[in-house]
Amino acid sequence: MLSLDLYQGIESAWCPGCGNFGMLKAFKQALAELEIRPENLVVVSGIGQSGKFPHYLKCNTFNGIHGRTLPVATGCHLANQALQVVATAGDGDCYGEGGNHLLATLRRNPDLTLVVHNNQVYGLTKGQASPTSDPGFKTALQPHGVPYPPLHALALAVAQDCSWMGRGFAGRPEHLTDLYKQALTHRGFALLEVLQPCVSFNKINTYQWYEKRVYEVDQEPDYDPENELWAYQKAKEWGERIPIGVIYRHPRPTLAETHPALAAGPLVGQEPQRPVRELLSDFY
Amino acid sequence: MAIDLNIVIGGAAGQGVHTITALVAKLMVRQGCQVLYVQDYQSRIRGGHLFNRLRISDAPLAASREGIDLLVALNQETVPRHQEELSPEGLIVYDASAVTDLPQGTETLALNADEILPDKKAAEVAINAGVSGALLGLLQLPLAPFLSLLQETFRSKGDEVVGWNRQAATQGHQKGTARGYQHSLAAIQAPGQPRLLLNGHEAIAVGALAAGLQFVSGYPMTPWSSVLNALGSRAEKWGVVVEQAEDEIAAINMAIGASYTGVRAMTGSSGGGFALMVEALGLASCSETPLVIVEAQRPGPSTGLPTRTSQDDLAFLLSAGQGDSPRVVLAPGSAPQGFALMAKAFNLADRYQVPVIVITDQYFGDTTVTCEARDFPAEVTIDRALAAGEAPGPYERYAYTDSGVSPRRRPGFGPVVVADSDEHTPDGHLTEDLAVRIKMHDKRLRKLQGLAQELQGITTAGPEDAPLTLACWGSSAGPVAEAVARLNTEKTPARMVHLSELWPFPAAAVNQALGHPKKLVMVEMNATGQCNRLLRQETGRTADHLVLKYDGAPFTPEYILRALAGEA
Repeated sequence: MLSLDLYQGIESAWCPGCGNFGMLKAFKQALAELEIRPENLVVVSGIGQSGKFPHYLKCNTFNGIHGRTLPVATGCHLANQALQVVATAGDGDCYGEGGNHLLATLRRNPDLTLVVHNNQVYGLTKGQASPTSDPGFKTALQPHGVPYPPLHALALAVAQDCSWMGRGFAGRPEHLTDLYKQALTHRGFALLEVLQPCVSFNKINTYQWYEKRVYEVDQEPDYDPENELWAYQKAKEWGERIPIGVIYRHPRPTLAETHPALAAGPLVGQEPQRPVRELLSDFY
Repeated sequence: MAIDLNIVIGGAAGQGVHTITALVAKLMVRQGCQVLYVQDYQSRIRGGHLFNRLRISDAPLAASREGIDLLVALNQETVPRHQEELSPEGLIVYDASAVTDLPQGTETLALNADEILPDKKAAEVAINAGVSGALLGLLQLPLAPFLSLLQETFRSKGDEVVGWNRQAATQGHQKGTARGYQHSLAAIQAPGQPRLLLNGHEAIAVGALAAGLQFVSGYPMTPWSSVLNALGSRAEKWGVVVEQAEDEIAAINMAIGASYTGVRAMTGSSGGGFALMVEALGLASCSETPLVIVEAQRPGPSTGLPTRTSQDDLAFLLSAGQGDSPRVVLAPGSAPQGFALMAKAFNLADRYQVPVIVITDQYFGDTTVTCEARDFPAEVTIDRALAAGEAPGPYERYAYTDSGVSPRRRPGFGPVVVADSDEHTPDGHLTEDLAVRIKMHDKRLRKLQGLAQELQGITTAGPEDAPLTLACWGSSAGPVAEAVARLNTEKTPARMVHLSELWPFPAAAVNQALGHPKKLVMVEMNATGQCNRLLRQETGRTADHLVLKYDGAPFTPEYILRALAGEA
């Protein structure tokens, strides 16, 4: 195990009590236990409080624009498979602004990890509804409550054969560390959603609210995450009981395996020199 | 030029107009002809009307011209659409099963699929190869090399298809020879060195490969798709990752991710698709990630004319994005220049850590022209400009420097690399320190000063003291060059000044190249004179007259000459 000090980032601007702190601590613990060095880790983030995550950690960082973490992360991965690539996004970033990229990434199955910080609210813009807000959730923008159902992103992941999908809770750091470790070591696309209370703008879905509801899915007798229909039921379960843990697994070929150019190893080591004469030979 | 023939081949989409053009043109080039052909098509897969305009000469060609010597009609619609353009000695070659109504008194040659190949399955081959053979027969080009070309082209489709093609071509050639035509290509000599035949977008694609491209992501859109396709079909051979993205936003963000990680990456689109990329163009600028973007113009606004040509995105490309963000804008005027500019684009992107936009258009992309191997550089210099070795202290991705360019490293090769779209400190972390903001913004914009020294890209033709100068940019080079050549032949001294490197605008060099003609005319394919506005903004001078065109069809030398005459 590496020293946790290796991952010391800059001082945080998150609100005291923010669920992101638990996530950051558990993530560092997972990195240290897996001995992933900061130099070999790329964390791609977008905009929102989750976007600041890699700054508060020492790692290669690409803090891009809202909603686009997955395409940037996919580009990083396709350029260099020797790097551990993690995309970190909020529920607004990934399920709202960047929804199309989630659909396409589920199909592509790149060998990278997506961590979705789900707090069911827009924090950075001060409290509007998010794609995962529960119906009836009242905000300044939705004074009569959110009128339509949330996006069932995890059910979508099952429907699209996501190769690894799980859910964690920022209030259970040890369990979360274990999920991070599984997601990081999984070969293929791993979608890990983390329930992460927003202490400033979500007074409904609090630590206590989640703590009362979450249960570890693998404590269900005989639960099999490779059973698609069972996984689908668990992915849609939301309300009195909310499952956390590894919900679905569907091993399948990864994106890099589909690109013949990568058979020779990562692009970043190749530095091609291509003779002009040979390139032009197609045109005689 | 002693020989200057124009063939128009028209039909419905899916009928083989392009197959005929490509086969005949290739054979002609091998026999020593100079050819140039342009595609004109509609936004549909089957039916409608499309045509190719194939010009043949014994001298190098820069543009398509008006007028038709041989008209090939694969459908009835071709005849009324083009018959007025037919020259007095023109001849119509037609498919007798599809064309029944022909103008009185016009020379014709009928081809009948049933006579050429009795096998009904082969009807399409019969007409395509039959017409090709007939054209070669009419122009007295030999059959044998064409039969070899058919073998070479259709080998993968099996012996039966090759056989049909060869049989139909032979029949067509006999008919063409028997019919006879008053112009002949028989005297043209085979070239000492074989010549190439390629279009503008193929040149862009192989230019990118020569420059060391390793990653391209894109979403299909006409006319940009032909660049993406040309790379896709070469990806495996040359070790390139080509990824079809779910949308243009993903395309550019993926390319940015790949480039940040350390490989030469490119994306591209056409007007509307590029519009979707604009936020990430700013990301490339702010995160100082090298990126090459090909923007293949078509007439806007909005969906506009999807399969036609224009130069009306220039103003948009110069300023796309929020905030002041440095970028480079290049606009090649020919296929070989496009090839060479791709290397320059990638080197500038790496050396200055900026996005570089290469502007093309449908006319540029779809114009196929004879080239000589010597038109292309023998080799291409690749300058990645990456920092190497141990960092002297803690690594700062955005270290302040006089040039504005900070040492760039790749993740996984030493210290961590922190890149940000937020305003950031030199070590890459987000900041709201307003003094840092000023220093960092100035640093980014300082790169434009160095870039300005790198750009020139001015091509001139015609006498320096000519009283008339035609200025143009990008794909208008060919038609303007020919218009200027014709004016000089007709004893009207005229000069061309073509700009291929537009931003940062090489104001001093342009000013000097333009000189002080009595009349300065800007020729461009848009409605408002966008390059003229750029000229005025950067030099304070303005054209005396604008020759504009925005109907979606390309410039011809004739159009430019008529516009000039009308103004005089």
